Amino acid sequence: MQALLSSLVSVAFHGLAYGMILYVISVGLSVTMGLMGFVNLAHGVFAMAGGYVMLSAMNRFGVPFPIAIAAAFVAVALASMVLERLLYARLYTAGELEQVLFTIGLIFMSVSVARLIYGTLPQPVYLPEYMKGQLQYLGRDFPTYRVFLILFSVAIVGLLWFGVERTRWGAMVRAAVDYRAMAQSVGINTSRLFTLTFALGSGLAALGGALGAEIIAIQPTYPFEHLVFFLIVVAVGGLGTLRGPFFAALLIGVADTACKYWVPEFGAFFIFFATIAVLLWRPAGLFGRAA
Amino acid sequence: MSAILETRGLCKSFGALTVAEQIHFRLDRGARHALIGPNGAGKTTFVNMLTGRLAPSSGQIMLGGEDITALGQAERVKRGLGRTFQINSLFLNAPVVDNVAFAVAERRGVAGRMFRPACHYREVLDESMALLETLGLAEDARLPVVGLPYGKQRLIEIAIALGLKPRVLLLDEPAAGVPSMESHRILAVLEQLPEDIAILIIEHDMDLVFRFAQRITVLTQGSVLAEGSPAEIAADGRVREVYLGERHA
Amino acid sequence: MSVNHAGGYVADPRIRPIEWLPWLLALLCYFVAPSYLPLGSYVLTMVIFALSLDLILGYGGIITLGHSAYFGTGAYAAGILAVHLTGEPLVGLVAGTLAAGLLGFVTGIVILRTRGLALLMLTLAITSLCFEVANKATSWTGGADGLGGFSVQPIVGLFKFDMFGKTAYLYCLVVLFACWWLVRRLVYSPFGASLTGVRENNLRMHAVGAPVYRRLVIAYTISAALAGLAGALLTQTTQFVGLKVLGFELSGELVVMLVLGGVGRIYGAFIGPLVYLIAQDYLAKQFPEYWYFFIGAILVMVVMFARGGILGILDAGIARLRRRFG
Repeated sequence: MQALLSSLVSVAFHGLAYGMILYVISVGLSVTMGLMGFVNLAHGVFAMAGGYVMLSAMNRFGVPFPIAIAAAFVAVALASMVLERLLYARLYTAGELEQVLFTIGLIFMSVSVARLIYGTLPQPVYLPEYMKGQLQYLGRDFPTYRVFLILFSVAIVGLLWFGVERTRWGAMVRAAVDYRAMAQSVGINTSRLFTLTFALGSGLAALGGALGAEIIAIQPTYPFEHLVFFLIVVAVGGLGTLRGPFFAALLIGVADTACKYWVPEFGAFFIFFATIAVLLWRPAGLFGRAA
Repeated sequence: MSAILETRGLCKSFGALTVAEQIHFRLDRGARHALIGPNGAGKTTFVNMLTGRLAPSSGQIMLGGEDITALGQAERVKRGLGRTFQINSLFLNAPVVDNVAFAVAERRGVAGRMFRPACHYREVLDESMALLETLGLAEDARLPVVGLPYGKQRLIEIAIALGLKPRVLLLDEPAAGVPSMESHRILAVLEQLPEDIAILIIEHDMDLVFRFAQRITVLTQGSVLAEGSPAEIAADGRVREVYLGERHA
Repeated sequence: MSVNHAGGYVADPRIRPIEWLPWLLALLCYFVAPSYLPLGSYVLTMVIFALSLDLILGYGGIITLGHSAYFGTGAYAAGILAVHLTGEPLVGLVAGTLAAGLLGFVTGIVILRTRGLALLMLTLAITSLCFEVANKATSWTGGADGLGGFSVQPIVGLFKFDMFGKTAYLYCLVVLFACWWLVRRLVYSPFGASLTGVRENNLRMHAVGAPVYRRLVIAYTISAALAGLAGALLTQTTQFVGLKVLGFELSGELVVMLVLGGVGRIYGAFIGPLVYLIAQDYLAKQFPEYWYFFIGAILVMVVMFARGGILGILDAGIARLRRRFG
């Protein structure tokens, strides 16, 4: 009984950590797709880039952990702004196929660049001393880093939700997601809004990728391997919403961890099966609005 | 007189917003009927419910005496209900004749055939060409629709609906977007439509309405305000107040 | 994506002389470049795969990233059959086609009720699911090691598979010919025309009474069956089947090949794989990493500047020449 409870707590904890990382990475995608109607399959590239920036900063240049994280966020956010202005913006009115193809092309390009610079092996993660070890709570051991992950992610999510609900920027995003043409006609500069929001979403992905480097290994095949999961979080949660993907990410995080622990012979089978079931029942996602 | 299309107590609400309220409507065989009303009165919603694109919240729709309320769009088309769209909905990159041929082939039940080449189905092609002839579009038959002027595209819209040999034809603002110089052509086409088809047009162009319609229904805020002959409607004070303004005073 | 409108009620279905060119070239290759035959077989197989995708993507307008699910199902079906039952190739082809077609039908019924992102997601989920199943069911599929060590018997007992790939090449060529003939007939038929109609204007097709869902399911099933046929062919000509036949990377590569050649054109499915695989064979050996980058860049540029792919560029070039020389 003790063992069962122990493993339940462990699964819940690690699932929560994984789910939070998934959410931080994927929330930007939900907003981008909901706001700009753009199918950005290359979202995982930003997460990967964040991971590489942070790990390079730490491993190669000895930059302290907090600064490396911040650097990941800023660098990728800035780079994504450039990409958005130069390339993405031209395709907002293009068809879905063009967007899919374009973003696949981006994935190919970034995967090969990553391989060229960093090689094919996963990047080693050397946590700072204060992040290593375990924390004791209620007689159980919890890895310190994971606890930090969860708390930090909750803080980020809180900030994000606050920002979207309470700030002027947030109001504009919500308006534009709901009804783009109308938003434009009341004078919202949608192209600037898109760029800023895109940068924020990509920055968050980078943050998630960097923070989660221990859970989701940083290697060149990252965008291919994990694309499915980011898309599942967004599709199952509901495009253009913040809360939907949150619950979806937690669900997937816990379910995947549980499956890998208790029925490893099935692997991710259950997740894909559940995704298919949910999308058939609610094509717009659990919390999405039917188009 | 026998009604070919009828609605009984048709209602539609989106949550607290009611867009159609207890609409009782009759369209007689061979009718030339117009539906008018200010913007937002619910005319297109009504037509969408008639064609099956939108499900009513309550009420019944009868076509030729048969209850079609539960049937889907394709089913209603098979039973003789055709429509045109307010904004052209054509196959822009296809030749004009193909646009009509799609409809004719569906009606003839050959559109799903997989082995003989389409152009060998001469009956489809001949019927489509004949239809284009009656609308004065025969010379453009092989041209892609996208290059043609909007007025002609509007006529193709009507041609497609006619290809279905409907018993009832719903025309959603057939003259919309057509420069006033060309709208007489639309009217000419409408006047030449076969007498056995019952026609309901939604229009804002009052000249067209009063020259074409034998009966007019006025819709405001989702319910029927008045119904009658053009003279009766023109004289009706409530209608004038709500919609017509001083033009037909 | 491309605005080409093949088929329809006024299109001439007769085979034009230039359409014999690919077959002449293929036969020429057999005699003139015998050392390239294994690559050639692979190209021919991928052309069939691309044709199957073109049917549903180019003509039907259904965007899918999971077509390798059907390719892989056909490949494994043929492989498993060869291991456990018989190495007779034609039976293997039929098995692969039927297995993939069945999967296509079942999944098609279910996913074609959705559109847009949900549909795309579902195609990804299905192929990921198949990948997982193949990965874990090691007793059947060999898991990550793949399935090998089976032999393929002579075709109809007469044509033995030789070491140089000559039989395999002609085998693929004949199968491709049959598929090409089938797809071409479909494209020019009323069914094919209505598929184009569904792609161009879904709303209108409903309004003319077309049973859109039913047509799409039929097209999707045929497309899946053809993909399975290609997969089975690959298994037989390489005498091996591994996890690479399933999963997102192959689907992505296939989409690239088709877009490169020209979506919605039968010969786009010919040119695309040919150009892609020859370039890959040459460049990937010399500069493997740059190859991937190059492909990504080409894709981005095709989307930005040359939506019709190679055929689109050729068309535009021919049109310009015509204008200049009357």
